[in-house]
Amino acid sequence: MTAFDEMFPGASGPRRPYASYDQWLKDQDPGRLTEKMRDAESVFRKTGITFAVYGEEEAAERLIPFDIVPRIISGNEWRRLTLGIEQRVQALNAFLDDIYHRQEILRSGRLPRELIANNVAFLPEMIGLRPPAGVYTHIIGVDIVRISEDEFYVLEDNARTPSGVSYMLENRETMMQLFPELFKRVKVRPVENYPQLLRQSLAAVKPNNVAGAPTIAVLTPGSFNSAYFEHAFLADQMGVQLVEGQDLRVVDGHVAMRTTEGYKQIDVLYRRVDDDYLDPLTFRADSALGVPGIMDVYRAGNITIANAPGTGIADDKAIYSYMPEIIEFYTGRKPILGNIPTWRCSDPSSLSYVQEHLHELVVKEVHGSGGYGMLVGPAASKKEREAFAKKLAARPSNYIAQPTLSLSTCPILTEKGLAPRHVDLRPFVLVSDRIQIVPGGLTRVALKEGSLVVNSSQGGGTKDTWVLDD
Amino acid sequence: MRLKITHRTEYHYDQPIRYGLQRLRLTPVSGPLQTILDWKLTVEGAQEEVRFLDQFGNQTILVSIGGALQTVSVLAEGEVETADKAGVFGQHRGFAPLWLYQQDTPLTVRGEGVAAVVASVGAGADLERLHELKDVVGKRVAYSSGQTNVATTAEQAIAAGAGVCQDHAHVFCAAARALGFPARYVSGYLLMDGVVEQVASHAWAEAHVPRLGWVAFDAANGISPDERYVTVATGRDYRDAMPISGILLGQAEERLEVRITVEQ
Repeated sequence: MTAFDEMFPGASGPRRPYASYDQWLKDQDPGRLTEKMRDAESVFRKTGITFAVYGEEEAAERLIPFDIVPRIISGNEWRRLTLGIEQRVQALNAFLDDIYHRQEILRSGRLPRELIANNVAFLPEMIGLRPPAGVYTHIIGVDIVRISEDEFYVLEDNARTPSGVSYMLENRETMMQLFPELFKRVKVRPVENYPQLLRQSLAAVKPNNVAGAPTIAVLTPGSFNSAYFEHAFLADQMGVQLVEGQDLRVVDGHVAMRTTEGYKQIDVLYRRVDDDYLDPLTFRADSALGVPGIMDVYRAGNITIANAPGTGIADDKAIYSYMPEIIEFYTGRKPILGNIPTWRCSDPSSLSYVQEHLHELVVKEVHGSGGYGMLVGPAASKKEREAFAKKLAARPSNYIAQPTLSLSTCPILTEKGLAPRHVDLRPFVLVSDRIQIVPGGLTRVALKEGSLVVNSSQGGGTKDTWVLDD
Repeated sequence: MRLKITHRTEYHYDQPIRYGLQRLRLTPVSGPLQTILDWKLTVEGAQEEVRFLDQFGNQTILVSIGGALQTVSVLAEGEVETADKAGVFGQHRGFAPLWLYQQDTPLTVRGEGVAAVVASVGAGADLERLHELKDVVGKRVAYSSGQTNVATTAEQAIAAGAGVCQDHAHVFCAAARALGFPARYVSGYLLMDGVVEQVASHAWAEAHVPRLGWVAFDAANGISPDERYVTVATGRDYRDAMPISGILLGQAEERLEVRITVEQ
């Protein structure tokens, strides 16, 4: 299976979006590039971008490797992606509104009720609650893979608390520092205004009873969280407070933060704390990360929580397999961006197919994320497959399976020159009274030759992603 | 029937409270079986923060506590006009789906005890079976206060063979669900014959029957609720419908006094 290379698909030279970059690259001295690669690392060390990897006691924080060869997308390709993403995000929000209200999609029989009823991501506390502008998931990271010139697929919808946008921003800044001349030669659409757009987008969904400019804050679980850097970074870039649960309490009917001048009302909370920990009065009573009573303030309409609690019901991997039906149900149109065919192991006939084809499939946990607990059949040893088969047999409904796709590749710079590596793409979508997608996103790249796992927790790296202004 | 109700709850703390929140579900709403003529909630020693309808349509008020005061008193009082419809509430209202009321909760998990209760219910029409269930629950769990507490599960109450109205309601819900009916826990008030002063607020259960909708059953008293009953809150179990629930920061010890009167 040869993968589609986005820069050099054949022997006939670079694809058009890469033409200008390729010309520039040919003029570069390889020694200088290697030097730049080291410069990039020191830029990252200075800015302090690190990533905590769970389960590694020694290196609690480490750098995510950055590759200096950009991933380039043409304006036309991007327009098509944009349409598909917008459609998907509209459907996700319509689905969430429906699931927490009339549940028409269950009544119509298009979605089995058990999928919602037996799902821990469904929060009864959200029933009957319609946030401002009807937006439940405000910030979404849609993971997209490409397998040929024209075929793009959505791998997953991250509708809870997608992370990684700080890498998108830092990658661009680093590239502009290292290669200012390159950005004069190639017209790349900017991503730097993301924090501003995020701020505007959050402000646009302020509670209906707030007149004037709302107060926005970012809620972090704290400095031990793997994405703490990003929380601090985004708060800083938006010019809003970074707060922890212990800084907040319910005061005068609002969630308020402690300041030197007393308590100050918060109108929109961009929270990076998981549902379970958000409100000890409502969810896990032992949580010290949340704000007791915030759900009551929320139901009373006195705060906007982004993303809304309970949005996980839309990005669950078992729900994912129904996304084509969900999109058609709410938008009346066929999906513009396809889904990857998915076997639901809860279904006995699918299960037996998956069991017989473990060596060629990717099997994932329904509620998993970050590449943890998954099996990449073709890359796994016989022993690994056998161990996984036991887990699968014990809890079939906990797993879905997908074909091992030949993800597109993009070259990275290695000591021996350019070498193709598999990539995916996570564009970041902002939803308020409108949908905005910053041109680009985070390109994740599997640094190991032949590897298809791009997750940073599994040794993946990142690239700057260029959308051409053409 | 016009019922006049007063429900006073007093919390005494042995030291000032640094910070606390209490969620009050003490406001009945009008419905097919009752019309609220007048209702007032007076809170002293705490500050009202927000009021809202929860996911089950219960009128809920959040109050905060903090400062030097060591007593919080909550007085719910008002008048309710009730109707006797043999416990038939009727069609389900609100967005909470009926299937939600078919699911186990930590307090109503079904085990051997519930299975045994269910097994002793014979065949028959829906209402017949539910009435039989109500009687079986009353027999299996003898009314006895002090044997159980607010954290007692349906299974534990069956094993103990004793409990209070809350336990009867939990066992009824768990068993009704096992029989295939959506079931909900109801907290409220009951006018007891011949006495004004009530020992506690009351609890019973409702099962959802095809065509009829929600029908109430009081296993503790072996009857279908009539015009002597006032519904205050409903949910999947006690935790959803708790009259008062809260969270306190600090070390204070709490002493609770409740006084309820229901009269015509």
